[in-house]
Amino acid sequence: MFDNLLGSFWPYTIDGLILGAIYGLVALGYTMVYGVLRLINFAHSEVFMIGTMASAFVVMTLGITQPLTGFALVGGLLLMVLAGGAASAGSAMLLERIAYRPLRKRGASRLAALISAIGASLFLQELFALVIIPHVFNRPQQGRNQMGVARIMQKDTLFTIGGAQIRVDQVLIFVASIGMMILLDLLVNRTKIGRGIRATSQDPETAVLMGVDIDKIVRVTFLIGGLMAGIAGALFVLQFEVTKFSIGFLLGIKAFTAAVLGGIGNLRGALVGGLFLGLIENYGAAIFGSGWKDVIAFTVLVLVLMFRPTGILGESLQQARA
Amino acid sequence: MSTNSSMTNGRNAFWAFIDGIRDRWASAPVWQRWTVYVALFVIALLLPSDSLGHVMSPYSDWASVLFFPIGTYVVLAIGLNVVVGQAGLLDLGYVAFFAIGGYSMALLGTKLGLNFWEILIAGVLLSALSGIVLGGPTLRLRGDYLAIVTLGFGEIVRQTAENTDAIGGPRGIAGIPHPPSIDGIEVFGVQIFHYGVLDPRPYYYLLVVVATAIIIFVKRWEKSRVGRAWAAIREDEDAAEVMGVPTFKFKLLAFAIGASIGGAMGVVWAGKTISINPNDFLFMLSATILAAVVLGGSGNIPGVILGAFLVAWLPERFRGLSEYRTMVFGAALVALMIFRPEGLLPSRRRKAELAEGTGGMGSMGAEVPGPEAQPAAEGAAK
Repeated sequence: MFDNLLGSFWPYTIDGLILGAIYGLVALGYTMVYGVLRLINFAHSEVFMIGTMASAFVVMTLGITQPLTGFALVGGLLLMVLAGGAASAGSAMLLERIAYRPLRKRGASRLAALISAIGASLFLQELFALVIIPHVFNRPQQGRNQMGVARIMQKDTLFTIGGAQIRVDQVLIFVASIGMMILLDLLVNRTKIGRGIRATSQDPETAVLMGVDIDKIVRVTFLIGGLMAGIAGALFVLQFEVTKFSIGFLLGIKAFTAAVLGGIGNLRGALVGGLFLGLIENYGAAIFGSGWKDVIAFTVLVLVLMFRPTGILGESLQQARA
Repeated sequence: MSTNSSMTNGRNAFWAFIDGIRDRWASAPVWQRWTVYVALFVIALLLPSDSLGHVMSPYSDWASVLFFPIGTYVVLAIGLNVVVGQAGLLDLGYVAFFAIGGYSMALLGTKLGLNFWEILIAGVLLSALSGIVLGGPTLRLRGDYLAIVTLGFGEIVRQTAENTDAIGGPRGIAGIPHPPSIDGIEVFGVQIFHYGVLDPRPYYYLLVVVATAIIIFVKRWEKSRVGRAWAAIREDEDAAEVMGVPTFKFKLLAFAIGASIGGAMGVVWAGKTISINPNDFLFMLSATILAAVVLGGSGNIPGVILGAFLVAWLPERFRGLSEYRTMVFGAALVALMIFRPEGLLPSRRRKAELAEGTGGMGSMGAEVPGPEAQPAAEGAAK
């Protein structure tokens, strides 16, 4: 039973870390929105999906058939990340404006906001399956199929650890995600807007009295969360070379699991939770078979919530939850 | 607020009319109420008529549509309403209990050869047990955390079914027996107790009877000490605890009751369907049932029935637009939450709760009352 895991421990570890880094990036969006609004932004999974779609669109529009090299590769990668980030950030802000702000202004319940989010999520998935993939991507009748995306970079092996070949793209994804998280951490802890975010998540009423523009903070929160999800989407496309209208659903739930694992509202926790979940999932798949991957992830979620509901690192963006 | 005042007036007049009817109802004597109840039951039995079917469901067999999705959604919504509407616990994995009921019917029927009525009891007990198993460790969590854990539980149940070859894996189970028939009892040309393959009406009548029994039970619970305890928990859990309500016990009870209703419906549904597989129990179904509860007005049984009926019937009626129906459904949910978050027919108590706060569902953070908003009673209470 454990032979498989022990036999190829390092490959499983590497895959787990890569997947975990992507979970972590998406988890940031959940954790920040939850910190500021106490809202599970259920449609964040669709924000991620839109990021994958935008970067797939870039690859398609550039007409890439052969892997690129040199400056063309750097430019192509940058374009993918920019497109993914911009599309996701834009859709996240639009989502906030249309589906959440009217409810927030009226002081609606979180249940109402969650239903609104589920509605928005369904709408966006169907929008892609019925309109955007058939017409913009020019794949009529294939809106619900998985879309392959051309390989943009040569996936050469860079070095090996204990029998696992580590490829260039994996290093790139890992470094890029960690880098984004460090940048975000600096933004939240060192800048004025970051102070506003922290203040709002601790005590919105006092924050308003101190001159924080809540609406702006909420917009910025969605912007940043969307940006991270979009970058995660681009990296996902780079790594797995597929996307689909419903690709966000499971990944979104798992990213939320990662956010809870790390301690919701805690930015560094999102990374820790993501990596932890990615590893557990891969090790679990190695032991029980890959069909059980998601079951393992959710079981971990239930266990963590039972025994340590504040997550591994504890909550920090806010002090207590309502 | 609205620029179009005549439209606003028209809308207000409509809701005032509805309110008038509800006032009459609230003060109606017992015999009048019973007349209405009996009339409703008879109407429910008369629903699967062909002439109505032409109007209501031109694209598929009306009696089948009445059984699934309409009747099934109505019962599931009533069950979920116990958890969400009455006790105020957000459950996003309700489909798990439906699945457990369905698989009970399938497994006990094909492997052990038990009959439908025995399995109905077993299925209800099993799903209630699973509700307790899930609720026991997780009901100490609040609000959104509970929502996510239940969502996770729903997926665990489905994927476990998908990965366990002993119960059919992804192909599911086929050859599920029908309920035992009693032949020869014919009313208006319908063999009402003949559970065969061709005529869906007997199954629909069975469902109406089960649904009526469930509604009576749920209504009685609502008016009892249990129902008052649930209302107290929903409005303010801490205050309820301080007032001596054993909140954990009552939350667990709500979970178990909701689960057993879902399980009962699973058994009844599988008794007609012949074969089930894990893809019958997707998250989408949980979301749809939750939407039905909220659309109708969570906490109010007539409202919930109306909501479930609309959510199940509209997509069937407008199959012409079938491709776009999920998309329209999603947009409609957003619009509904923006314009009428209390649902179409909210219970009065619930409406009052919502007017003074968020009905115990917790407010979003970063919510600062503007000139239009009500004072945030929720925030002050904590």
